[in-house]
Amino acid sequence: MSIFDLTIAQASAKLAAKEISAVELTTAYNDAVAALNPRLNAYITTTPELALEQAQAADARIAAGDATALTGIPIAVKDLFCTEGVRTTAASKILEPFIPPYESTVSAKLKAAGAVTLGKANLDEFAMGSSNITSGYGPVENPWKRAADQDAKLVPGGSSGGSAAAVAARIALAATGTDTGGSIRQPAAFTGLAGIKPTYGRCSRFGIVAFASSLDQAGPMARNTEDCALLLNAMAGFDEKDSTSAQREVPDFTKALNRGVKGLRIGIPAEYRLEGTNPEILALWDKGIEWLKTQGAEIVEISLPHTKYGLAVYYIVAPAEASSNLARYDGVRFGKRVDGVDLIDMYERTRAAGFGPEVKRRIMIGTYVLSHGYYDAYYLKAQKVRNLILRDFTTAFETVDAILTPTAPSAAFGLGEKMDDPVTMYLNDVFTVPASLAGVPAMSVPAGLNAEGLPLGLQVIGKHFDEETVFAVSAAIENAAGFSALPELRAK
Amino acid sequence: MSLDAATVRRIARLARIRVDDTEVETLKSELNAILGYVEQLGEVNVDGIEPLSGGAQMALRQREDYVTDGEIAEKVLANAPDREQNFFAVPKVVE
Amino acid sequence: MAYMLEGRTGAWEVVVGLEIHAQVISESKLFSGASATYGGAPNAHVSFVDAGFPGMLPVINKECVAQAVRTGLGLKAKINLFSRFDRKNYFYADLPNGYQISQFEHPIVGTGIVEIELQDGTLKQIGITRLHLEQDAGKSMHDQHASKSVIDLNRAGVALMEIVSEPDIRSPEEAGAYLRKIRQIVRYLGTCDGNMEEGSMRADVNVSVRKPGEEFRTRCEIKNVNSVRFVMHAVEAEAMRQIEVWESGGEVVQETRLYDPSKGETRSMRSKEDAHDYRYFPEPDLLPLVLEQSFVDDLAAKLPELPDEKRRRFCDDYGIPFYDAGVLVADQATADFYESVAKGRDGKLTANWMSGDFFAAMNRTGKSIENPPVSAADFGALLDLITDKTINGRIAKDVFEEMVETGKAPGAIVEEKGLRQVTDTGAIDAAVTKVLADNQDKVAEYKSGKDKLFGFFVGQVMKAMQGKGNPALVNEAVKKQLG
Ligand SMILES: [Mg+2]
Ligand SMILES: [Zn+2]
Repeated sequence: MSIFDLTIAQASAKLAAKEISAVELTTAYNDAVAALNPRLNAYITTTPELALEQAQAADARIAAGDATALTGIPIAVKDLFCTEGVRTTAASKILEPFIPPYESTVSAKLKAAGAVTLGKANLDEFAMGSSNITSGYGPVENPWKRAADQDAKLVPGGSSGGSAAAVAARIALAATGTDTGGSIRQPAAFTGLAGIKPTYGRCSRFGIVAFASSLDQAGPMARNTEDCALLLNAMAGFDEKDSTSAQREVPDFTKALNRGVKGLRIGIPAEYRLEGTNPEILALWDKGIEWLKTQGAEIVEISLPHTKYGLAVYYIVAPAEASSNLARYDGVRFGKRVDGVDLIDMYERTRAAGFGPEVKRRIMIGTYVLSHGYYDAYYLKAQKVRNLILRDFTTAFETVDAILTPTAPSAAFGLGEKMDDPVTMYLNDVFTVPASLAGVPAMSVPAGLNAEGLPLGLQVIGKHFDEETVFAVSAAIENAAGFSALPELRAK
Repeated sequence: MSLDAATVRRIARLARIRVDDTEVETLKSELNAILGYVEQLGEVNVDGIEPLSGGAQMALRQREDYVTDGEIAEKVLANAPDREQNFFAVPKVVE
Repeated sequence: MAYMLEGRTGAWEVVVGLEIHAQVISESKLFSGASATYGGAPNAHVSFVDAGFPGMLPVINKECVAQAVRTGLGLKAKINLFSRFDRKNYFYADLPNGYQISQFEHPIVGTGIVEIELQDGTLKQIGITRLHLEQDAGKSMHDQHASKSVIDLNRAGVALMEIVSEPDIRSPEEAGAYLRKIRQIVRYLGTCDGNMEEGSMRADVNVSVRKPGEEFRTRCEIKNVNSVRFVMHAVEAEAMRQIEVWESGGEVVQETRLYDPSKGETRSMRSKEDAHDYRYFPEPDLLPLVLEQSFVDDLAAKLPELPDEKRRRFCDDYGIPFYDAGVLVADQATADFYESVAKGRDGKLTANWMSGDFFAAMNRTGKSIENPPVSAADFGALLDLITDKTINGRIAKDVFEEMVETGKAPGAIVEEKGLRQVTDTGAIDAAVTKVLADNQDKVAEYKSGKDKLFGFFVGQVMKAMQGKGNPALVNEAVKKQLG
């Protein structure tokens, strides 16, 4: 068994038993990163020396009997989390020279737990995208290939595409992601990983470069549900520096994994059977339903009537917030500046050069929907429909414990596909966006391969702050699916 | 509602993003595609529905009034593209 | 008499509303833990939150909320238990986030009332539209460098209360009185120091003019006027300008203007008008601010006595005229000083002495009520010496001056200089007898009807007694001996 086959739980056990050292594990991963990243482009910045230092500290900690489940575990941190002393770009040229003098709460918690950071993972610029092609530092290649066409480059999904590719190609044992409309779940599904977007407020947003404040949530991406639970245990928790952070106990999520689904009522929303969805995906969904039924869950047909409006709401609300959140990138206090003849000229040149086309589009849309005379028709209307979407979930959760849906309407697609117009790309998030708008937790688990040999995921949506049920249901699907396929392109 | 070139320019100016003529045309069609898509919200009846602005459903927590931060001018200025001593510097603003 | 401006086409009425920005007194900023202290080295009182760094989030300061509620209570205004923060989006070098966190749709304080007093004693009520909390911006300086503007973010994020009045103000005098009244109230409450020189209080002045009986005409907003005097000048200058525009067949355009004190005129700030669209929307990094009624009640119960109430109480408790009470409650420290002296003494006597000799001495010596020319205790002791007739009022003035000069206690001065009042009727009678004998001609004149000479005899007797005679007894003795 290769060192790269170990999950967090397994590696942690071997580290504790001193069968391997953190330095050995990290060195192996550092080498794998050096070998594969030039091709995959999963990391924007790698930090091998820092990783080694952290590994040495981890070994000392293990020796002292002071280790956590994450001590010595080499991970990738999405380059949206500010990391003290390590360049943080949000995959934007405008932040190219930015070295934060502070650490995000989530990455600080992982550091405190002893995790080793291999580098900063690539993403869509400012997390705006579903394919990682909007990155200012080049696209990420999905390590998975179509069986029939090993040469075609596929996207890893996005926006946490670098995190997904790194974990799938085993150049990170696990990774952090962020999810605003599906940015953990969709890339997890595209790369055969488990990934959870926790309840809004579960993980602190402090120090995470903001995209859309009312939607952004950090979460883990890993090989399986257990690794996700171990990571989320460390990432979650109240933070007084984030006013939207929930003041709640964090349960041990690993304890929920073996609960089983016996007696749980699982909702199947009719509205997710969207016209045009790939029949393979629908078939997989049916399989998932069967698996849960077999394990004793009660399947309940439910209705989430406003599902079809989720994307429209999202593509008003998220750009509106983004247009405001990204106003701070003005070339004055940090980041890149392009000189101009006066202040306004400097702003306009800096932002024109620093932002890529997708970011500009969203800033423009966001600015427009908030502008005088249009606010009510777009933004206010979207907020009201958002409330209806929340109500859909609230009503559904009166009768069910969790909801099962596909994660994405397709498997990973080719670089350059779906680029005819922005809306086609946006449709990737059709199944993930409603949970984001409602703020409820949702997880993607790998559940099978399509005919081309590409991974597909199923999504489990839970009640606010009931990640435990989400983990229980996801683990049940994981067990039943027995997903063990691996991409050919990986560290071995 | 459909955007014309003048509106695209106005929005770009509000957003402080310089756009040239070809960009205006591209943006116009892309933005109109997006606006066309979101137009479907028009069919939703929202009578009596309150707007939902945030993902969190709780009251605002307030902090105690202590000085716990600041006095880090060097760190605050460390990333500045231009500075004059301990000030940020920008092209001269004429008022 | 209503204030009117006379134009070529007749009389014009001035309509004014004020938006006052009052800096909240707090240790730290509205949404960050950096110090809210004025001054400091450039960018010293700045956190990453204030500087709008990526990933930084606002967390609200409880004390700033309490201060806004206290101020609302002081303005007799409605406290909104539900309020919310919004982002006001615009680009400026000293606005780090590219937006100001403010309250647009749901301010923390709603409508209220403030009473102002005019020179002629008229009282007038000015409506308060709202009060909301918001962040201050940083400071851009344009004259420090030849080709650059430089930015200091020390003020960025400091809490401001924006107090918006109804357009109820009708003259420069009313505008000045209103601003002074707001300053007096916030100072009493301890919610803002009202220091206009340091910019802790500044006003945006909305001015329009109209012919009597008309609807409102277009208004202009004069930004950031930073003294009472300038506000009064700005109202007048802007009103005159608008009248001229209307009367020469033009149209006043709604715009933001600047008052130039050196020229005494307002001028357009077109540069700031550019693409005026703030795109307000609910601040997604903050949740709605929900207050408990008990929290408000608690603050109300602990609210200090406000100037209007204190003034009325002074009239009742100390029997002093309304005008005098107004002078004494002008600021909290003066009112406290007065009350500490007047308590258990003759309130009227205390008020007269304070308005007269005390304030005169304070002005002359350049001292303040916090560092008074004589202490409250000594001042009280002096009044006691008058009341118990140890000294008379005339001597008391000399004693007071001596107190101011030497800092000695009044009792000591009286003893040292032997200034005790003479109440021995024998001594007084003897002095009267001598004066009348020395001025027989005048006595004859008096007796033939020249009553006015009575004062002359009293004066001469007092002079003979080095001013120490008890005035009532001297009067009595003179009257008796003159028959
Ligand atoms: Mg104003
Ligand atoms: Zn304001």
